[in-house]
Amino acid sequence: MTAKVLRVRVDRERCQGHARCFALAPELFELDEFGNGRERGDGTVPAALEAKARLAQSNCPELAIEVIEE
Amino acid sequence: MSNRPPASDWSTDFDHLDPRWSENPYPIWDELRQSCPIAHTNRFMGAYFPSRYEDVRAIAYDTEHFSSRRVVVRETRQSFPPAPPITSDPPEHRPAKQVLLPAFTPEMIGRHEPHTRDICRELLDRIGGRTRCDGAVEYAQEIPARVIAHMLGVPETDADQFRKWIKEILEIGITDMAVLLRAQEEMIAYFAEKIAARRASPRDDLIGYLINARVEGRAFSDEHIIGTLRLLMIAGIDTTWSAIGSCLWHLARHAQDRRRLTAEPDLMGAAVEEFLRAYAPVTMAREVVKETQIAGCTFKPGHMVLLSFPAANRDPAMFPDADQVVIDRAQNRHAAFGLGIHRCIGSNLARMEIRVALREWLGRFPEFRLDPQAPVTWSIGTVRGPRKLPLVLDA
Repeated sequence: MTAKVLRVRVDRERCQGHARCFALAPELFELDEFGNGRERGDGTVPAALEAKARLAQSNCPELAIEVIEE
Repeated sequence: MSNRPPASDWSTDFDHLDPRWSENPYPIWDELRQSCPIAHTNRFMGAYFPSRYEDVRAIAYDTEHFSSRRVVVRETRQSFPPAPPITSDPPEHRPAKQVLLPAFTPEMIGRHEPHTRDICRELLDRIGGRTRCDGAVEYAQEIPARVIAHMLGVPETDADQFRKWIKEILEIGITDMAVLLRAQEEMIAYFAEKIAARRASPRDDLIGYLINARVEGRAFSDEHIIGTLRLLMIAGIDTTWSAIGSCLWHLARHAQDRRRLTAEPDLMGAAVEEFLRAYAPVTMAREVVKETQIAGCTFKPGHMVLLSFPAANRDPAMFPDADQVVIDRAQNRHAAFGLGIHRCIGSNLARMEIRVALREWLGRFPEFRLDPQAPVTWSIGTVRGPRKLPLVLDA
């Protein structure tokens, strides 16, 4: 049995730079020079940060964040 | 505005200048959401009012049918000089906004936090040991005016003049074109002079930044820069002043929330978002430029749309207990800063100012309440917030 891997992904087309993800889960998200959000690295979510990933997702006004289970 | 006929029916004759709407719009919006989600009025040469989150969102995203060239519902359709990017539609919108964004990231805004804190402390010192004060006049209205003046690089002592222009443009100017035009001309002359001064003697402020900005190698025209500066000043002051005032108004009336925020400062982030949801100050507008249908309502070209993010934020289909302020609300996709390409560029600035203003206030005056002897008064029109907020400060 393989453990599930969680990833976050910011849809760059939808993101409008509200920066909620960065405020709520700076371990998982960063902002570019224009203040638009993107996932850190490949977006892998350590098990301890799953709740934060979901929190960021559920606070994005533009519905730009995906939490993907692989 | 006192001699306006009162609105006879909110769904077919709404008037956001009606005193009942200014005083307490929430029951009106709740009623509309139930009965007729998209209201219309023949006032203002025709305007629609969507009351549900999903319809506000659909319109905010639809730049093909809904133009931003007019962002205030007024009694005429007179043309005004543009204030990019808020009055820009695609494709002009993107470069006008991109150039400003780097100056408004959380990191860049963080640099203004110490100055904001100093302003708050100075204002609180001035209130000092008194037992009464006006939280709107003596505190909330001063903070954003002075912060944006500092960022633009204009004297903070001009703040009274800025607030006068804003009232003339956003309140009196909805119905009185002569006042509106004069205020706009005065602002344009004010910034034209500042631009000339920067050209003669460059300085590291937002005016200098805009003069030096290049998009594909080209500088912006003076008309564009002046429009943007007018926008930053208007949008940077009235809005955040209203938000801070509404937060204090809430905290004055809800001892439990007030004490909890003092005891649990880590709640501040969530609480500010919830105040922004429940008391979102800014209602925008769009002009219908191509006929379309949303939720069974036909939008006719030439009519305006009063795009109420505050009403969207009170939609129970989107927010459980929408009429309750839940300061630790976990899921909060509120639209206080708009949705889509016109997301408020100052959102990080506003959040910082509100957070600092509340933290400093509660640090100094943890116990306060509305003054039972003096009424709270509210602004009219596009931006909602207390303009007089008499408080009793308890020791």
